[in-house]
Amino acid sequence: MAQQTALSAPELVDRIVAGERRALARAISLVEADTPTGREVQAALYPRTGHAQTIGITGSAGAGKSTLVGALAREERKRGRTVGIVAVDPSSPFSHGAILGDRIRMQDLTSDGGVFLRSMASRGNLGGLSETATGVIDVMDAAGFDVVIVETVGAGQDEVEVATAAGTTVLITNPGGGDEIQSMKAGLMEVAQILVVNKADLAGSDTAVTQLKALLAIADLGAWTPPILKATAKTGEGIPELVDAIDRHQEHLHSSEHAEDERRALSRKQIVALARASLHRQALEVAHGSGALDDLVSAVAARRRDPRSAAESLLEAVKREWAASE
Amino acid sequence: MTNERPIRVLIAKPGLDGHDRGAKVVARALRDAGMEVIYTGIRQTPQMIAEAALQEDAQVVGLSILSGAHLELFPRVVEELRQRGVDDVLLFAGGIIPKEDITKVQEIGFQGVFGPGTNTNDIIEFVKSHAPVRA
Repeated sequence: MAQQTALSAPELVDRIVAGERRALARAISLVEADTPTGREVQAALYPRTGHAQTIGITGSAGAGKSTLVGALAREERKRGRTVGIVAVDPSSPFSHGAILGDRIRMQDLTSDGGVFLRSMASRGNLGGLSETATGVIDVMDAAGFDVVIVETVGAGQDEVEVATAAGTTVLITNPGGGDEIQSMKAGLMEVAQILVVNKADLAGSDTAVTQLKALLAIADLGAWTPPILKATAKTGEGIPELVDAIDRHQEHLHSSEHAEDERRALSRKQIVALARASLHRQALEVAHGSGALDDLVSAVAARRRDPRSAAESLLEAVKREWAASE
Repeated sequence: MTNERPIRVLIAKPGLDGHDRGAKVVARALRDAGMEVIYTGIRQTPQMIAEAALQEDAQVVGLSILSGAHLELFPRVVEELRQRGVDDVLLFAGGIIPKEDITKVQEIGFQGVFGPGTNTNDIIEFVKSHAPVRA
């Protein structure tokens, strides 16, 4: 079956829609790598999206995100829903490799045919993590999962953006996980619709809840007031309440008079971000292809020119190349 | 500057032994060589390993085993992979595999067998040169 590697986009789409997990896995790789076939698959599947509840889970490293996602998935399964999970872990900035360990906390889910878990490395691609992850979420949505969960570390703009592209964003914190200024610094409070104090069996969970309440009291809230929940993901304590809260927020999303506006805002953001990444890539290809960059590098390294004006010159060179190739 | 795709490797420990130091050393070495390593943890059944390889679209699956059950478990992993249509992955094994079993393990489908004391660079080279190229 070596020909499986070379399935065409329409074949992949048919198989994904038919529920073939291998085709889904392969398509996700193609979307992740942004290949022409991957783009074709995405385009063909997009009209089928919109069925799944999309949930973003974020929080600092060690907050218990993977364990909580596992518990969340189990609860969703109890309620008869199928679950797709995208777990994003950082790539090493040195080797660009990654160790993706989220499956360790969700081992039992591997044997559940109603769950599909995919680990993803952030790959540090040019501002594209959010778009790539969103593409993968769309593919899972189109494949028919009732719930699609995406999990990222809540540090850095790209990672936070991934979680906020979901319909409902859940922020995981811990007792004693730093004072309120930490949460304000990261700007995480503003993006979450549900706040969870995980590891609530540890001392200080009530204090953490009080601090979050105080933060919310000074936040500029819209029509939705984020509930603050306590959970112990390891034992499953508080997880049914979390699923209830997510369901309530999803209802709010669909019933809100702003639902259409929010969909438009998200679509606009996605289009602009994708265009920006593409422009970035194309411009750099031209820049690296011409000798202009090397000359500028020499001038700046010798301090004969400053980097900013050199960048402007590079851009002029790129524009000239583009004009010439038309 | 198209995205160069890193090789995706699944590292798993089948069976009941609980020591995964070797598996972690290999996982880390492969990461440092620029690969994306999915680490599943210990006590994996053949079904779990095959299903994880499928979902992760891994090109390479490396199994570490110390319990001596390799001739029991490895064929079952291969069979589970085959049942799922995952037949274009590179398989390699490590851990404690007696010399007299190496040929058997290779016949089962594990092209690489790396025992204790292996230089991780040898494993990296093996994976890089044998990993199936994805379209």
